[in-house]
Amino acid sequence: MEWTALSVSLRLAGLTCLLLLPAGLWLGRALALSRFRGRALCEALVALPLVMPPTVLGFYLMQAFGEQAPFGAAWQSLTGGGLNFTFTGILLASLVANLPFAVQPIQRAFETIPPNLREAAWCSGLSPAQTLLRIELPLVWPGLVSALALTFAHTLGEFGVILMVGGAIDGETRTLAIAIYDRVQAFDESGAAVMSAMLLLVSFLTIGVVYGLAGRRRWRRG
Amino acid sequence: MTAVLRLALAAWLLASAAPALAGPATVAVASSLQFAFPALVERFRAQGGAPVRVNYGASGNFRRQIAQGAPFELFLSADEQSVLALHQAGHLADTGVVYAVGRLAWIQPAGRGALPSESAPLAAVEAAIADHRAGEGRPRVALANPEHAPYGIAARQALEQAGLWAASAPLRVMGENVSQAARFALADEARGGLVAYSLALAPALGERAEHVLIPADRHAPLRQRMALVPDAGEAARALYAWLQGEEARAILARFGFQPPSPSPTPASGA
Repeated sequence: MEWTALSVSLRLAGLTCLLLLPAGLWLGRALALSRFRGRALCEALVALPLVMPPTVLGFYLMQAFGEQAPFGAAWQSLTGGGLNFTFTGILLASLVANLPFAVQPIQRAFETIPPNLREAAWCSGLSPAQTLLRIELPLVWPGLVSALALTFAHTLGEFGVILMVGGAIDGETRTLAIAIYDRVQAFDESGAAVMSAMLLLVSFLTIGVVYGLAGRRRWRRG
Repeated sequence: MTAVLRLALAAWLLASAAPALAGPATVAVASSLQFAFPALVERFRAQGGAPVRVNYGASGNFRRQIAQGAPFELFLSADEQSVLALHQAGHLADTGVVYAVGRLAWIQPAGRGALPSESAPLAAVEAAIADHRAGEGRPRVALANPEHAPYGIAARQALEQAGLWAASAPLRVMGENVSQAARFALADEARGGLVAYSLALAPALGERAEHVLIPADRHAPLRQRMALVPDAGEAARALYAWLQGEEARAILARFGFQPPSPSPTPASGA
């Protein structure tokens, strides 16, 4: 069992969830409520990582992260560090790859809230912020939970993108999925089996805990 | 729609289950031959050889796929072990032959600091370690994963022999196979990498890279073995025979592979 690889995977999945949740909330809500020109284009862009092969996404990110590329150069001048072969790099890649998993469930949840409910809340004297906290968030909670669970589980299993931009550095970019691949290549089936079981268990527990929470809430309300 | 899918699936199954005799030779080729092999196939075809279907990848991966019944007829490995192990398990017709001896090279992006000399080929690794210790960034050193890639094992041996293995740890990035390692070696963040000499000589790298050959005594010899599967078709057998000829040797030499030194084939019980 490679604990460093597991900890890299967990850190990556945790941070991806943490950073994508507010972004997903804002974007999902905006896409659900606003009718602006170019909304379809926005939705298509958000969904793009879903239909793009991970290696293709990894290839483009690797290009963009390079110190010669505009994005990589700008990052370099801002932070003084590069992105390829670093944890920050795979975290950024993971944020891009998981965008649809975080945004889409939240957007669907916001779309189910009838507009007159929000208007009724405003008429009752709630500010937009209070409306969001007290009325909307409890209603979109199952969507949030799905977004979190999907993002976490998907990040744990992410392979192609991480392989392209990561460089399999121990303790930094070598995730458990990559470690499993290496073990299989080295004909260490038992090592691969132990780590695979671990990954399966962690994924299952995550989803189980999250759905358990969501289920309890639904049951209490129902 | 489903009817179309079913048809397509049936066609695909038929195509993949077609006997080896009927069509082109299907070959599994180690990634160190990524550039040499197309040149070999081109000559083979020019002399009336059958079409060849090539798959490039890590030798260890092919070893696994062939053991699981992947429909390859000929396997060109980057090491001997993969072939010998497959033969022992009964997946190959015989122990095959050594077709080439590979060499290791240091490659770096053109203009990324001084190119090491033949006598001190790892000077760039030492420079990268010194830079890192002086707090001047983290210039990466790429190699194939020594856990399973033959060229990765050789790279590790060369670094260990020079006493640089531990010191280079914070700088190392691992390619899944030697081609990916070469790709990493030429990334903006890298000082360079230790890869197959055959990749360093590739026209595709052209102006982007410069290289220096690592002396053969810095690592165990990279003897590359190939063998046929028991039910290989005519086309694959013809290719296998042609690859052992003079012309193939000359092409391999042009891509940085040395001819195999005449040595007895290991007994099948070995």
